[in-house]
Amino acid sequence: MTTLTLQNVTRKFGEAYAVNRLDLDVADGEFICLLGPSGCGKSTALRMIAGFETPDEGDILIAGASMLDVPPNRRATSMVFQSHALWSHMTVGGNIAFGLKLRRLPRSVVAEKVASALMLVGLSGLEKRYPAQLSGGQQQRVALARSLVLEPKILLLDEPFSSLDAHLRIRLRDELKAIQRRLGLTTIFVTHDQEEAMSLADRIVVMNRGAVEQVAAPGMIYERPATVFAAGFIGTMTILPARLEDGQLTAGAFKIPFSRQYSANEWTFALRPEDCELTAPSEYGTSPGVVDHVADLGSTRIATVMMEDAVAIKAQISRRQTIAKGDRVGLRVNRLLVYRDGRSPVETTFAAQAETQTPDKIIQRDVTA
Amino acid sequence: MMTRRRGGISDQAAGALLLAALIIFVLGPLVCVMVWAFADVWRPPAFLPAEWGFKYWGLVLARADVRQALPVSLTISAIVTLLSAVVCLPAAYAFARLEFPGKRWLLLSFIAVNAFPRFPLYVSIAVFFLSSGLIGTYTAVVLVQLVFTLLFMIWIPAAAFRGVDPRMEEAARDVGASHLTVLLRITLPQAAPAIGAALLLTFVNTFYDVDGALLVGVPDVRTLPIIMLSLITGQIIVQYGAVLSVMLWVPSLVLLLFARRLFESRSFAAGFGA
Repeated sequence: MTTLTLQNVTRKFGEAYAVNRLDLDVADGEFICLLGPSGCGKSTALRMIAGFETPDEGDILIAGASMLDVPPNRRATSMVFQSHALWSHMTVGGNIAFGLKLRRLPRSVVAEKVASALMLVGLSGLEKRYPAQLSGGQQQRVALARSLVLEPKILLLDEPFSSLDAHLRIRLRDELKAIQRRLGLTTIFVTHDQEEAMSLADRIVVMNRGAVEQVAAPGMIYERPATVFAAGFIGTMTILPARLEDGQLTAGAFKIPFSRQYSANEWTFALRPEDCELTAPSEYGTSPGVVDHVADLGSTRIATVMMEDAVAIKAQISRRQTIAKGDRVGLRVNRLLVYRDGRSPVETTFAAQAETQTPDKIIQRDVTA
Repeated sequence: MMTRRRGGISDQAAGALLLAALIIFVLGPLVCVMVWAFADVWRPPAFLPAEWGFKYWGLVLARADVRQALPVSLTISAIVTLLSAVVCLPAAYAFARLEFPGKRWLLLSFIAVNAFPRFPLYVSIAVFFLSSGLIGTYTAVVLVQLVFTLLFMIWIPAAAFRGVDPRMEEAARDVGASHLTVLLRITLPQAAPAIGAALLLTFVNTFYDVDGALLVGVPDVRTLPIIMLSLITGQIIVQYGAVLSVMLWVPSLVLLLFARRLFESRSFAAGFGA
C-alpha cells in the first residue's frame, strides 16, 4: 500500500505563502490533480513531495513514513517535468537507463527494462536517438518512460503536456491514464487546465493562493463547487454579486426570494449555462433579456443574455434553437448556487413543473425581474 | 536593410570590392608569412620566391635554443592551463550557482586585470618577484600568466554552468543521483563545450605570451615566442620568424576549428543568454 499524506504543509517565500496549510490524504493507486491558476502553489506542493523544496511547517508521509529528512534521490517518487528536462548529451536509451545504472543493475536487466519502458510509451526502437532529434510529444514520452522505468511508488507530473498542441495533449493524456490504471500507480498531476484535470483525476484539489479551495471528485466539483473561486475556475459559470434585501437576493434587476436565516457580508450567485433556459419573451416564469452574442462551441452553443441593469448571464442553447444576436428572449433559471462570503453554497432549484420538494431546497415558481 | 535590386551592378561591385579588401586585409599577412616560411631564396623585389623548400624549417628545428624552448613553452602552457582549471572551474561553478556578498564586484575585477595596460603590471610584478627571488624561475612565469587566464577560465565556464537547466539536475537527483553524480554526469557534460573552449583559449594565450615571460622569466626561462622575438630582432633572417610563427599557429587553428563547433551548439548560446 502506498499512500501519501500531507499534513498542514506550509511553504513561504519571504513573506508570501506559496502553500498554506495543505492537508491531503492520497489513497493507493489514486490519481490526484492539483488544479489552479499559475502561482497558486500547486507546483510548489508537488516539488515538496518530490523533495526539491522543504516545507516550513507540516509533514509529508509516504506509506506512513515522514519524508522530511529524505533527499529527493532517496524518495520513492519520480517526477516528469514540464520542460521534459531530458539530458541532451545522452541518447534516449541513456536517459532511461541512467537511474537503473545508478542502482547498479546488471546490464542485461537494464537493457530489458529500457526496452519495455520504451514499448510502454510507444517509442520502441528509438534508443539510439538523441532528445533533440525527437518531436515534442516523443520527448515527453521519453521523460515519462524515464520515470516509469524506476517503478516509482508515486508518480509526479508537473504540467507535462502544457507545451504540446491540443490534439497531442489529449492523446498523451489518454495514454497516461491507461498506463496509470494498468500499473496502479499513485499519481499526482499538476495542471492549470480544468478540462485535463476533469478527464484524468479521481479527485481534484482546487488550489488558489496557496490554499485548498476544494477536494472532491470531478463531477462533485462541477455539480457543487465549494467556493466561488472553484465555481469560476471549473467549467463555464455566470458569477453575479448579489445583495440580500427584504427576504430577496438581488443582482441588478434579477431577484430571487430567500427567506432562510443566514448571515453574510457578501452574497454571490453562480449559474451554470445548462441550468438557464431561453424561451420566447414574456413567457410565464421568465425574465426578459436581449441576446448579446452567441458562441458556437460545436456540440453546444452558449448565448450571453443581457438582462436589465446590465447583468449578463450565459445560457446554453441547443443547435435547433434559432436564436441570434439582438433577439428579445425570456430567461428561465432552473438551478443556481448561492454563496455566503464566497463559500458554503446553498443549492437552489426552481422547478417550473416541480414534482418533488425536499426541505433542503427552495422551490420557486418564477424568477421575477 | 537595402533591398537587393536586379541589375544593381554598382552595389554588387562595391560589395565585392569590400569583400576583396577584407580578405586581403585579414588573409594577406597570413599568406605572406606562409610564403616566407617556405621560401628558400627570395629577393624581395621579386613577386614570388626564387626557390621553395624546407631549408629554413631544418635550420630552425636544428637550433638548440628552439629545441629547448618548445618543450619549455608546452610545459608552461600545460601547467598554467591545468592550474587555472583547478582554481577557476570551482570558482566558476560558485559564481554561477551560489549567492555571496560582493559577487558582482569580484566578477568585474577579473576584467580589470585585462582592462589595464599589461606592461606596467608586469613591471610591478617583476619588481616584487625580484625582491622575493622568484625572478627567472618557472614559478614566476606560471604565476604571471595565471593571472591573465582568470578572465577566460571563470567567465566562460560560469556562463556555461548558468546555462545548464536546473531542471535537468533535478531530474537526475530525482532518479537517484547524489549531488556529486549530478555534477559529474550532468552538469559538467552539459558545460563541456564551453569549458573546452576556455581551456584552449587559456592554453593558446599562455603559449603565445611574450611580454610576461620576457619580463619575469629571462634569462633562465626562454619560451618559444621569446626565441622568435630574439630571432627577429637579432638577425634579419625573415624565414626564421616565419617558420616559427607557422609552427605557433597550430594551436590557434585547433582552437578555431573547435570554436566553430562550439558556437553552433545551442547550450553555449543559452549559457550567455542566461
